[in-house]
Amino acid sequence: MTKAITMPKWGLSMKEGLVGDWLVAEGAEVGAGTEVVLVETEKIAGGVEAAEAGTLRRAVAATGDTLPVGALLGVLAGADTPDAEVDAFVSEFQANFVPEETDAEEGGDQTETIQVGEFSVNYLRQGSGAKTAVLLHGFGGDLNNWLFNQAALAEHRTVIALDLPGHGLTTKKVANGNLLCMVHVLQNLMDRLGVAGADWVGHSMGGAIALQLALTRPDLVRSLTLLASAGLGPEINTDYLQGFAASRNRRELRPHVRQLFADPSLVTRQLVADLLKYKRLDGVQECLEALAYQLSDAAGQADAVRPVVDSGAIPTLVIWGADDRIIPAAQARALPKQDNVHILDNTGHMVQMERAPDVNRLITTFWNSQP
Amino acid sequence: MAQQTIRQAINQAFHQEMERDSTVILMGEDIIGGTGSPGEEEAWGGAMGIYKGLYRVYGDRLLDTPLSEAAFVGAAIGAATCGMRPVAELMFIDFLGVCFDQIFNQAAKFRYMFGGKAQTPVVIRTMYGAGLSAAAQHSQTLTSMFTHVPGIKVVCPSNPYDAKGLMIEAIRDNDPVIYCEHKKIYDTTGDVPEEMYSIPFGEADIRRDGDDVTIATYGMMVHRALEAADQLAADGIECEVVDLRTLSPLDTDTILESVENTGHLVVVDEAPPRCSVAADVAAQVARDGFRDLKAPVGMVTAPHTPVPFSPELEKHFVPSADKIAACVRDTLDD
Amino acid sequence: MSNDNFPLSRDELLRAYRTMKTIREFEERVHVEFATGDLPGFVHLYAGEEAAATGIMMHLGPNDHIASTHRGHGHCIAKGVDVKGMFAELYGRATGTCRGKGGSMHIADLDMGMMGANGILGAGAPLVCGAALASKYKKDGGVAVSFVGDGASNAGNFLESLNLAAVWDLPAIFVVENNAYAQSTSRDYAVAVDSYVDRAAGFGLPGVTVDGTDFFAVHEAAGEMIARARKGGGPSLLECSMIRFYGHFEGDAQTYRAAGEVEELRANRDCLTRFAQQVAQAGVLEQADLDSVDREVAALIDEGVAEAQQAPHPSEDQVLTDVYVSY
Repeated sequence: MTKAITMPKWGLSMKEGLVGDWLVAEGAEVGAGTEVVLVETEKIAGGVEAAEAGTLRRAVAATGDTLPVGALLGVLAGADTPDAEVDAFVSEFQANFVPEETDAEEGGDQTETIQVGEFSVNYLRQGSGAKTAVLLHGFGGDLNNWLFNQAALAEHRTVIALDLPGHGLTTKKVANGNLLCMVHVLQNLMDRLGVAGADWVGHSMGGAIALQLALTRPDLVRSLTLLASAGLGPEINTDYLQGFAASRNRRELRPHVRQLFADPSLVTRQLVADLLKYKRLDGVQECLEALAYQLSDAAGQADAVRPVVDSGAIPTLVIWGADDRIIPAAQARALPKQDNVHILDNTGHMVQMERAPDVNRLITTFWNSQP
Repeated sequence: MAQQTIRQAINQAFHQEMERDSTVILMGEDIIGGTGSPGEEEAWGGAMGIYKGLYRVYGDRLLDTPLSEAAFVGAAIGAATCGMRPVAELMFIDFLGVCFDQIFNQAAKFRYMFGGKAQTPVVIRTMYGAGLSAAAQHSQTLTSMFTHVPGIKVVCPSNPYDAKGLMIEAIRDNDPVIYCEHKKIYDTTGDVPEEMYSIPFGEADIRRDGDDVTIATYGMMVHRALEAADQLAADGIECEVVDLRTLSPLDTDTILESVENTGHLVVVDEAPPRCSVAADVAAQVARDGFRDLKAPVGMVTAPHTPVPFSPELEKHFVPSADKIAACVRDTLDD
Repeated sequence: MSNDNFPLSRDELLRAYRTMKTIREFEERVHVEFATGDLPGFVHLYAGEEAAATGIMMHLGPNDHIASTHRGHGHCIAKGVDVKGMFAELYGRATGTCRGKGGSMHIADLDMGMMGANGILGAGAPLVCGAALASKYKKDGGVAVSFVGDGASNAGNFLESLNLAAVWDLPAIFVVENNAYAQSTSRDYAVAVDSYVDRAAGFGLPGVTVDGTDFFAVHEAAGEMIARARKGGGPSLLECSMIRFYGHFEGDAQTYRAAGEVEELRANRDCLTRFAQQVAQAGVLEQADLDSVDREVAALIDEGVAEAQQAPHPSEDQVLTDVYVSY
């Protein structure tokens, strides 16, 4: 076993990454899923994990290098693999490596749009499993919120990440912003895509939408994964909701976005700039204000949709960041059934980004435990 | 996201705003082209082809004008006070001499002078800058002449994304806006969302992060500054490039924040140095950020001369990446 | 003029007289108050010229626009701008038409279609092209009227506007109020053509010259032009030949005028006297009707000045409002 650790592709627009610190020394044993090296892109910083257990035999990329997607970062091999073999592996990799030239438009995964009633819905489909999973982002997010997750989850399901109404490249309308409007669009979308039932993964507002869908159309919901989900309790950071909606420029927006992460240094200038580009699209302001207004009634929502979880009728996985400053982790701790509740330390609201390897593993384990 | 040029981005902004708002009208010399002439209809679409395709859709909402800037710029301003949202083209910024009264004595002052009871939502888009050997009367960077006047807003995009978002904002703004386009960057490409969006005035963009020196500039000079930053990065000097985007209002907070971090400032302007945007930025940082500065502010500008004709001379007139890089090094050595 | 085919109804005549009288009394009072030193800035009086503004504005309604000159009080009043607000504006008070930020030379009231007196001579003409263009797009039947004196009739922006209005076939009227002096310089010296009708012809416009002290002559000529413009017949030029009772500005010693000239004009060419004679001869208004208007106007002027003098000054924070400010 000799295996390359390569520059990952986080999101469709990523072409290169900046190599950060190595988290593991050459010669150290690592387990599958261990983060071995940090990588920073324009938009986000994250850890690259070892795909399988082994010894880090070579840290090829130096901290500070900027390398294209697919470039060799390091080599995993058995502790007993001869040095010559490892060196030969590196030489061969480097000799054959050609950086991917194609843009998202020309090859690889690309988003598609589908007309659902008056909505043009943008989505990204990855994987080819017989079962389908759908990823629902939160308030103000888009399908790129899953950039550390979708490819990993796609090894187990056909995974559809979509831009919800009012978000991303989907039509910027949300009517009055309540959950039923969203659910209405999702039902029709499932019909149009020919999906009879799916495993739903919802983050924050996306979790509340998945819960509402489970109430309205239980036949469409095989399982629920709720990440820092709305709809489970009365507390929600309304200052964040309103502040995010109202911020007009970088200086106003940045402090709000920093609340999303336990480690605020993850919030790069580009991340804030991209959020502003979204917020400045015509119609977005009205959508966010309507959604913020509805989400602020967290108590009312919890009354409506939390019984889905309490009843236990649908298999449900709950993951939360212990340091979530938007929706407190106490709401997860207060759930009656704790067996599928996971609270991750040193993690904020964007749990699927900050702790991608753990979240991916928890979800796939959960899925695989289902019949 | 689609790649567009600045030319296409502005054209799309017009298409979308004219579709959305029937009070938007466009006027200027040859913006249709060939009006009343025997040949092809819509022969030009503007001197730089910005308006191509609009006449076929919006017909008489585009108006070719006589060579009569005082009258048609004034007419655009008058129509703006009467419920329209006109965009008038001053083909070259150098022509402001023949219509400046309408801009700085009329449009700029109505809202204030009439006690807040008037609004003048007019956009005057105009082309500035050297680089085409168009010589002294067709190559100037007169941005500071507008910036000096209270009541008008001055916009100067450097890239297609900003060009579209700032044009839409300009059309929707209720104050007169001078929208300045550098004639050398119309074919610069970049990602531009198909959807409509607007960029609020008064927010500079940080085009490149760096901890060693802040370069503040706008328009075409942003490209030169980024080139210089690339050169300097090879030597381990990291420049933060601040694209001012709008000269009025000016986002001094972003410049000051950046200088607080870097301790060094170089201002770059294609205009001559006296009473320029560069001088203004330098003065404001000297006033409000003096304690953060570890060295005197560097200024890279055109010389205090008219723009020369000969390509060889013009090349020396316009600030180059090399000059910017040299100034950055001087500033850091100081 | 016989009573039967008199061109205006009794109500219209009373309105015309009231307008002219209001302008006259306003200007006479400003003349007095300015001399006390209480009125700041520059003022230029329209006294003697009332028939022109009134004769033209009688044809205009709420969709119609005018752009005036530095000598703009008469145009304001004739277009319906509130007289008390104007006095307050002249005193620089917070209750003024422009909240004390414009003054005599920049009184505007866009709600009344009054696009502003203007300190830049001839600058209103391009603006009027724009107002006329807006009416054309909005199809609201609006007409726009530009005023210049004989002085600004030589300004490039005015001349460019004549051409633009003709090229675009705009519902615009260009009025030249020829009061024989551009500040101190005589019209005969500074305007190369003898006739504004010829100047109009040079731009492809119909032009008419009328006696600007004869309300009925102005009213008739302007009426034709405005009706034609309203029906899509395009722009015209109207020269009103008229007189100035006062100097270019208050404080002008007028040494350039002939000895006895102003006294002669006041005695023999006062447009108000002429109007009173005309309506009396035609028997359409009684002296008592005019006297009644005179009393009401006098009361309005007294009230306007008294209220303006008592009105609050704008607060300091008003320096920074009604304009975007950074720095």
